[in-house]
Amino acid sequence: MNSPTRRTVISDSLGVGIATGTYGLSFGAVGVASGLDVAQTCVLSLLMFTGASQFALVGVLGSGGTPLAGALSALLLGTRNTLYGLRLAPLLGYRGWRRLTASHVLIDESTAMAVTRPTRDLARTGFLTTGVTIFVLWNLTTFVGAVAGEQIGDPRDLGLDAAVGAAFLALLWPRLTTTTMRVTALLAALVAAGAVTVTPAGVPVLIAAGVALLVGALTSTAPPADGADELDRDAR
Amino acid sequence: MIWWAVLAAGLGCYLLKLAGLSVPARALDNPLVSRIADLIPVALLAALVTVQVLAAPSGRALTVDARAAALAAAVLLLLARAPFLVVVFGSAAVAALLRLL
Repeated sequence: MNSPTRRTVISDSLGVGIATGTYGLSFGAVGVASGLDVAQTCVLSLLMFTGASQFALVGVLGSGGTPLAGALSALLLGTRNTLYGLRLAPLLGYRGWRRLTASHVLIDESTAMAVTRPTRDLARTGFLTTGVTIFVLWNLTTFVGAVAGEQIGDPRDLGLDAAVGAAFLALLWPRLTTTTMRVTALLAALVAAGAVTVTPAGVPVLIAAGVALLVGALTSTAPPADGADELDRDAR
Repeated sequence: MIWWAVLAAGLGCYLLKLAGLSVPARALDNPLVSRIADLIPVALLAALVTVQVLAAPSGRALTVDARAAALAAAVLLLLARAPFLVVVFGSAAVAALLRLL
């Protein structure tokens, strides 16, 4: 993308926004398949509005975890939005009520479409176009998916329980770009598998988060660039 | 209880976003914090895949069933660069077909 104009930023953002916004269909279907009602599923998309955390909450509840374990998993995954915000804050320069509202659409895709822009105006354009497009579509398609999902008798007949694992894998896939990331994923998977046999549902995921702390601490001598440029790659 | 989790975690996730846009960027200067923040989603998502696919529906045990075959299908679809929705619903279709057989 050479010297992007407002126009190209808007069309790129709309493309990403429309493609991503439709994922809500799968979230809606998976939400009701996991035991939430249509209202709970829709309120998650409205209030939480960060896909991986939403899938985590319903995934943990659906596999028999407690609401507390589900909420903690969602919050841990939500911490990456804090990191995105730290990177974007100087670029976007929002204050007051603008910051309060802009925060709600601070997610993977809106960050990726803003973080590489050379000027504040283009960064804000990319951020808001992507974020608002996804917010509108995500909530509409969540409702459609949830209502459709409720018409289905046993969600297992349609393989919707398996769809949750595929959704997590599809969210994980683009992050496995470095050896450190791949080793972390493998270790976390092994720790979680081991923990399944000895802890209540929902807890294995929280224990596996410890792998991130361990790998992060142990690789402190490695070049700091490793993994830190993840967003730049996403945006290309 | 589910409503409580939905509302509390929803509010918490919003506050995490707001904190990012509000606290001084110096917090990121600590390389350890920055690295762990990058690794947490990877560890959590890998663990979620594992639990979702291998945990026995009945409780504390691992099991290999149609969900594992569905995950293998998801890997193939991701290698073929299929879009997100195709990966998710394609994988569901594989599980549904296997259970029909």
